[in-house]
This record gives sequence, structure tokens and C-alpha cells, in this order.
Amino acid sequence: MRNFIPSRKLDDSRPQEEGGGKRQDEHTKTMFGVGAFLISESLIFASFIVAYVSLRLFSGPMLPPGVKGPELSTSVIIHSIVLISSSLPAQLAEGAVKRKKLNQFRLLWVITSVMGAYFLVGEVKEWLGLDFDVTTGQFGGAFYILTGFHGLHVTAGILLQMLMLVRSFIPGNYKKGHTGVSAVTLFWHVVDGIWVILFSLFYLWRA
Amino acid sequence: MTNNSTQGLGGRSESEASYNQSQQDWWRYFTFNKDHKVIGVQYLTTAFAFFLIGGVLAMLIRAELITPASDLFDRPLYNALFTLHGTIMIFLWIIPSTVGMSNFLVPLMIGADDMAFPLLNAISFWMVPPAGLLLISSFLLPNGPAQAGWWSYPPLSLQVPPGVINGQFLWILSVLILGVSSILGAVNFVTTIVRMRAPGMTFFRMPIFVWTVLSAQLLQLFFLPSLTGGLLLLLADLTIGTNFFKPFEGGSPVLYQHMFWFYSHPTVYVWVLPAFGIFSEIIPAFSRNPLFGYRSVAVASIGLAVVSATVWAHHMFASGTPKWVRILFMFTSEVAAIPTGVKVFAWTATVWKSRLHLDTPMLFALGGVVMFMIGGITGVMQGAMPFDLHVNNTHFIVAHFHYIVYNTITVAIYGGLYFWYPKVTGRMYNEGWGKLHFWLTFIGANLTFFPIFIVGLQGMVRRVSSYDPQYQGWNIIASLGAFLLGVSVLPFLANFIGSWLYGPQAPNNPWHATGLEWTTTSPPPRENFEQTPTVTLAPYSYGQPDYSTVDSSDREAIERHGK
Repeated sequence: MRNFIPSRKLDDSRPQEEGGGKRQDEHTKTMFGVGAFLISESLIFASFIVAYVSLRLFSGPMLPPGVKGPELSTSVIIHSIVLISSSLPAQLAEGAVKRKKLNQFRLLWVITSVMGAYFLVGEVKEWLGLDFDVTTGQFGGAFYILTGFHGLHVTAGILLQMLMLVRSFIPGNYKKGHTGVSAVTLFWHVVDGIWVILFSLFYLWRA
Repeated sequence: MTNNSTQGLGGRSESEASYNQSQQDWWRYFTFNKDHKVIGVQYLTTAFAFFLIGGVLAMLIRAELITPASDLFDRPLYNALFTLHGTIMIFLWIIPSTVGMSNFLVPLMIGADDMAFPLLNAISFWMVPPAGLLLISSFLLPNGPAQAGWWSYPPLSLQVPPGVINGQFLWILSVLILGVSSILGAVNFVTTIVRMRAPGMTFFRMPIFVWTVLSAQLLQLFFLPSLTGGLLLLLADLTIGTNFFKPFEGGSPVLYQHMFWFYSHPTVYVWVLPAFGIFSEIIPAFSRNPLFGYRSVAVASIGLAVVSATVWAHHMFASGTPKWVRILFMFTSEVAAIPTGVKVFAWTATVWKSRLHLDTPMLFALGGVVMFMIGGITGVMQGAMPFDLHVNNTHFIVAHFHYIVYNTITVAIYGGLYFWYPKVTGRMYNEGWGKLHFWLTFIGANLTFFPIFIVGLQGMVRRVSSYDPQYQGWNIIASLGAFLLGVSVLPFLANFIGSWLYGPQAPNNPWHATGLEWTTTSPPPRENFEQTPTVTLAPYSYGQPDYSTVDSSDREAIERHGK
């Protein structure tokens, strides 16, 4: 009933109060949007993962008899560790841009990209050594699509890092702000985090 | 009645400048423009073009169903017709048209100068026309378009003619592109609503339309990835030989159904929530009452979004789901009736004992709510699993969801188009033609879809071009209704095009409505507001003597509108 007597609301003269309508600065706004996009993007991975897990739990064997799944080899462990630990230089590089230390940023940024590239090479080698392909049972499709989709994201991350690196050579570019670097760093963390899940699902979860 | 009076009201001189400017810039609607108002109009006109195509397909289907025999088209073509009709109406009419309306209105309603990411907004829009043309171009393929329905359930959707380029392939590709466009749009809307509100525009001062857009776009953000994932796996099954959904290779077709409906049930709320928002704007304005229970309606929008996430398996009662799943989802599905009921009661209480002004937008809103009752109650019936198993795959289902997608959502969009037409174009539409359009639509819609309930209950199966002759009588009526709906578009088009060119100039606030969009000129300037508005009022403060959006010198208008 109170909406029929809105006079209380009408006397409400607290226009600038907390909560409503603080016009956010551009950086916060963009990072909010990037965060929303990354949630959606991660959920695409989640949908693949749910499909894989449910097939594995509720359907028959995912590989034909006699075909070996991926092995937890030293090289897989190494390139996984390299990818996951590359979040550290990325984070440090973002800090360097914030402090306007461009050379430090460039160095850390290149280290991040090289670590990402090392992971990609390792993954391709891993792919070439497997004795199943995309059409083998359900496992083949799930493995190649999930790791491939992840690999595409790593590639996209490296390309975005290159773009940010090039932009650092434009005079004064990062004086205006570092939103682009922050966004790519966040993206990189998400991509690394997803690899932890994929690694556990494919290499640690044994039949 | 208000229409005649509105032409004399204030606002003409202020709007003159921006109005003239917009007349010169008509071609900007054909360019890559970053103005949310231009993009909104682009979305709406593109969607309406696809709506006309989808409508022609619908009339072809109804023409085939006039006779019990399968005589007009061969069966593959009939399959293609209903597949593309459904896909076009959902992905190229309802979603882009509600998005277009939201695009135009949300920044105005919250007092922002544009969307959060204008460039992204333009990119989202420009993905829609190519995706739509791609889908329709599949009619040119030697084996025709996709034939597996808008769900594209495997293994049916995997039974395609040889060769990579087939209708099913183009269908998946097109829906994927539209999905990416929707995800980017959702990012934009959520950021805009959360981060761009004017000073004083707290969450509980937002118009209900903004609440419903927020709820709908959050659903897009969180659930569309499930369909994207499902379609990507289906595409892999179709093109590179994976076996996710192939039953004879150990895959699970039911898994696809889960991935599909996990998005495609919530998406029903992506469509219907903005329609509820439009009702919630129009009904208070034309009954001159505050919206009853504003807070509960706002919370019910979010509540509906949450509940809609838990009901998807009710589409799969007949898919061999375990008994406990069916009972669980029967329960959650019926729970969805509660927030919906809150809204219908709020609209009813708003109208109760008020002075109604039956202009065209209000006619569409009231007609839409009444028809939504029929669509909603039959939905409750189908939510009951024992009943659903009997009407499963009959025309009863078809009638139910057409009562939602046409008689509720499309009617709401029409209402919204009339309501905001003066704001968008700076011109008034013609009230007489508008009312003619309403009555043709209202009669045509019920004539088309009500008989389908009856033949559905009698057992007529959907998606088949021939049927038992005992159903013919009702089918003839339904087909006549469908052709009437086709005719009903003509006065609408004539009115909207004619009025945009020759209509009388619209004042800033022809309906004396509350809401920030009515405080700026018609059409609004590029920056929307000359200075950022500061909000001090709750929305829908109708009938409040201290508060008026009418120019206080215009006593006649104030009296007429019960101020």
C-alpha cells in the first residue's frame, strides 16, 4: 500500500547518497565490463567441462579399449608450471606500468609472453605425441576441443600482450592510463586458472 | 483522446533544433554509428525486417495446414519452414527488438549520456544483419536450410546431406554469431546499468524497465555460454567427427538437450522480462497511478531471473529423465508462477479504480497482460509433469508459447513502440491507425492461437504437415487468423512511416509520464541531457500533487490528466 502514499519518497532529498549513481571513472567502468566478459567466457569453458565430466560419469568408457589416454609426463608438468607461474611477471608488469616504469614493464611483459609461448610449443608437442585423435571416442573430442580452445585463449593473450607492448612505445601512451594492461593481465590470470582445472581433469583424474 | 490534446503542449521550441538536425541526419541510420539511440533504431528496424520474413514463413506454414493433406510443400521444405520461422522469430526478432528498445531507453532512463562501451555496442549490432542473412541464405543451398527445428536436437540435426556447407552448418554458425553479439551486448548493458547511473539514481529509483533489462542481460551473461558451448560441440560433431552427441558412438543426445535448455529456458525470461518492463511503464502512465508495489515488482524481476535458472529440465519430461529429476523440476517450474503472479497483481492493482486513458500503448499493454494470463496459466498446466506428458509434442505446446512470444511479448513491443515513438522520432503517430492496428492484432492473435490449444488437447501433433481430417475446422480458423495478423502489419507500417515523415511534431512529454527520458527533448540531443540530471524522486510518482512533469502553465492538460 505504501506506494499509494509516495510523499515520504518525495521528501527524500538525499540525491548524492551512497549506492546510486556515482559516476565511475573510466578505468573502473572498463574493468567492470572486462570482468563481466571474462565471467561469460569462463562459463563457455565451464559448459565444455560439465559436458566432459557428465559424459565421463554417466556414459560408457570414453576411449575405445586399447587406446591410451594422455600421460602425466615431465614435459607436461614443466610447461604447465611455466604457464601458471607466468601470472607472476604479468602481475608485476602491471604494477610497473602503474608506477610508470616503462622499461621494467617491457621486460616483465616479454617474459610473460615468452613463458606463454613456451607453453604453446609444449602443448603442440604433447598433441603430436598422442595416440588418439579428435574422432576417438568421446575423450578425443573433449581433450582436443578443451585444450585447443584453451590454447586459442593463450594465443589471444600473447597477441594482446604484443599489442600492449607496441603501445608502450607510443610516447605518453600509458600516462593517460593503464586500463589495457590491467585488462590483459586479468585475462591472463583467468586463462592460467582455467589451465589448472583442465590439467586436473585430464592428467590428475585417472580412471 | 490524449493524442489530439498533446500537440498543443510545451516542448516544441526546445525540440526544434535537435529535431531539424535529426531530419538532416536520416542517413546516419545506415552508417556505423556509436550513438546508442541510432543503434537502438537500427536494431529495431533490422529486427522488424526479419519479423516480416518470419511472418511470411508463418503464413506459409498456416497455408499448408489449411488442408489435412501435405499438399503445398514437400516435407523437407515444410521442416525447413518451421525451423527457420522459429529461429528467425526468436534470435532475429524478439531478442534484437527488445535489445534495440533497451539500447534506446536504458541510458536515457538512468540519466547517462550513452552506453558504457559505445564502440562495442555498434559492433554488437553489426553482427546481427550478417548472421541473419547467412541464415536466410541457406534457402539457396541445393539441399535447403536446416530442418531439425529451432532446438536442433541431435541425432536428427546430425543427419545432413554430405558436404561441409549444409543448412545445419549455416544454422549453427548464424546462431553462434548472434550469441557472441548477445554476450557483448550483455556486458555493455550490465556495466551501463551498474556503473553509469546519474547522481541520485539508486537501484530502487530505477524504472522497472531498467530492472527487467538488468535481469534479462544478467541471464544472457550467465547462461548464453551454455548454448554457445553446446552449439560448438554440435558443430564439432557435424564437421570434424567428434562423438559427443552421437548415440551409436557412445555419445549422449540428452546431454545436448541439457546444454540447450540450460540456456534456452532462461532465454524465455530474457524475452519476456523486457515485455514486463514495458507493461510496467505504460500501465501507470495511462492509469495515472503509481505502480503498485514498486519494490516487489523490482525484486520479482530478479527473482524470476533466479528461478528461471532452475527449471530447464521441464522441457525434457519426455526425454527419459529419471523420476526424481522430473519431480524436482516440476516443483521449481511451478515456483516460477509466484514472481510472475506478483507482477500481474501489481499491474491489476495499478489499474484498479483509476481513470484509464485508452490510448494505443495502453490498449496494447492491457491486451498483452490479458493474453499473458492465458499463456501463463497454460504454462502452469504444462509445468505439471503428468499433464505435460499428455500434451507433449502437440499443438497445445505451440499455442502456449505463441501466447507468450506473440500475444505477450510482440504485443508488448508494439505497445512500447507506440509509447516511445514520439521520443524516438520527434513526431506523433496517428491514433486512429494505431487503434485499428491494435484491434486487428488482438483479434488476429486470439483467432490464430486459441484454436491451436483445442486441436492440441485433442491430440494434433506439431511439426507435421499433414493431420487427421477431424482437426480441419479449427485449423482453417487459425490460418485465417494468421492471415489477419499478416494484414495487421500494414496499418502499423503505414502509420509509422507516414507519421515519421508527415506526423505532427511531438512535445517532450506527450503522455505526462514520469521518467528521465521524458525530461529531455524529442528526439533527444546527441548527449541525451544538456546537463547530467540529478534524481531526487522515486519512479512512478503519478497523482502526487507536489510533483508534475507537465508544464504548470498548461492548466487544461493538468486537469485532463488528473493532476
